Amino acid sequence: MTTTTSFAVDVPAVNVHGVSRIFAARKGPGVTALDDVSLTVAPGEFVSLIGPSGCGKSTLLRLIADLDVPTSGRIEVFGKPARQARIDQDYGIAFQQAGLLPWRTVAGNIELPLELHGVGKAARRRRAAELIALVGLSDFAAHFPDQLSGGMQQRVAIARSLAESPSLLLMDEPFGALDEMTRERMQNELVRICAETQAAVVFVTHSIPEAVFLSNRVVVLEPRPGRIRSIVSVGLGAPSGRGEDLREDEGFFRSLSEVRDLLHGDEAAGASPAGARGVETR
Amino acid sequence: MRTAQPGLVQTVLAPIVFGVAVILLWQGLVTGLAIKAFILPAPFAIGAEFAGNLNNVAGGMAVTGRNSLIGLVIGALIGIALAIVAALARLLDEMAAPIVAALSVVPIVALAPVLYTMFGAGAETARQLVAALAVFVPVYFNTLKGLRQVRPVDRDLMRAYAVTSWQATRAVTLPTALPFVFTGLRIASSLAVISALIAEYFGGPVGGLGKSITSAASSSNYGLAWAYVLGSIILGLAFYCAALIVEKLVTRRSGG
Repeated sequence: MTTTTSFAVDVPAVNVHGVSRIFAARKGPGVTALDDVSLTVAPGEFVSLIGPSGCGKSTLLRLIADLDVPTSGRIEVFGKPARQARIDQDYGIAFQQAGLLPWRTVAGNIELPLELHGVGKAARRRRAAELIALVGLSDFAAHFPDQLSGGMQQRVAIARSLAESPSLLLMDEPFGALDEMTRERMQNELVRICAETQAAVVFVTHSIPEAVFLSNRVVVLEPRPGRIRSIVSVGLGAPSGRGEDLREDEGFFRSLSEVRDLLHGDEAAGASPAGARGVETR
Repeated sequence: MRTAQPGLVQTVLAPIVFGVAVILLWQGLVTGLAIKAFILPAPFAIGAEFAGNLNNVAGGMAVTGRNSLIGLVIGALIGIALAIVAALARLLDEMAAPIVAALSVVPIVALAPVLYTMFGAGAETARQLVAALAVFVPVYFNTLKGLRQVRPVDRDLMRAYAVTSWQATRAVTLPTALPFVFTGLRIASSLAVISALIAEYFGGPVGGLGKSITSAASSSNYGLAWAYVLGSIILGLAFYCAALIVEKLVTRRSGG
């Protein structure tokens, strides 16, 4: 154990090396969802993937989670191949759909990964209660998913993704189906939760304010083929210090328009990503 | 977030009042228009025959009910087992699909005469097999459909958890399929009774409801024939309700 600790400090949470993913088509050459993408996420860092539909942001997340396999290139999670990291349960994951099992209660759903991995009943109960409190659903532990609102279901899904205290959280538009008000509240909660758990996060979204508000870095992708256009360092301080008033902050707006200009770059400057990279803020 | 339970008046009293009204209207029409018993006997006459021959009707229900139950259990077990196999092996599913489709369009009771010659006219086996075959089709199709209902997000989650396929089956696939299995069983429960009963029309030992209906009708005892029909209705309802109760008990945890 002690030999690996000093080693682990320098190992990035996620290391994506020249990864491409081509989906075979029945006719023709297939669809290139990702083309030679490289990305590193440091431990404890919050990185958002943003881009128009078809830019491969969800594909990239699924590759990191080893739910899909790259056509070429390699992906390491905490220094191990993605597949090994999945088997070792090094990450927690949440999707756009909460994906709760309707026949299990809130507590039962959060206990599911622990149960599947052989954690004892008492320890499971204790951990679920902790997490339910963390996401503010203590009054709903015995409720079934169909008795909860969309926002509450998503909070359960997030609690479930945290069940095994992962050092990496993978989130695929977890707030995509929520209304604006709920969404902002959930973002505030996620910032708080991340500060408490110290986990690195890879967060897929197509909301610019969401990406900027949550992230240390925003990765802007472009579609067909999916490539990284640019990476914006938000620099709004540690997520733990971020509160509601940040949404009014000038730095917040500056990063917002920077990301927005990058996203709209291909319309303004043709198909040249180089032109887009030179866009000044405002 | 769920609609309020309708009151006792609505769920219990309303159908009873309606049923009594229909029976009174029926009785009134038969006596008022002097309808002959062989066309339509009056409900009170049927009731009197039913009460007078209670032992015979109950005996008939026991024979037919036993055949139905054996058929239901055998058909359901084979249907569920084959559906699981078909869900696991795509090739087998594709091989079985035309056979099962053919089974579902064959009027299964039409097999009864053939089966009587196979198993002997003195045995109940043919009837139980007819019931089992009738049960098999809806149970198989519904179970197979249920096993295919696992949402992509659940499949992703199970892969992310790196669990064995048996763990995933137990945690997600089987519970997802359960309501579908019970829908199949609910349909099958009344089908079992109907098939076992109709199979009696084609031969075999006496004593069941089907045989009793035909022999009462052929001896012009229409009231008694209808009393046996009433017995069949009660038996069918009993099977259906039993299936419904088991379904409610088992799927109660499903947040329902």
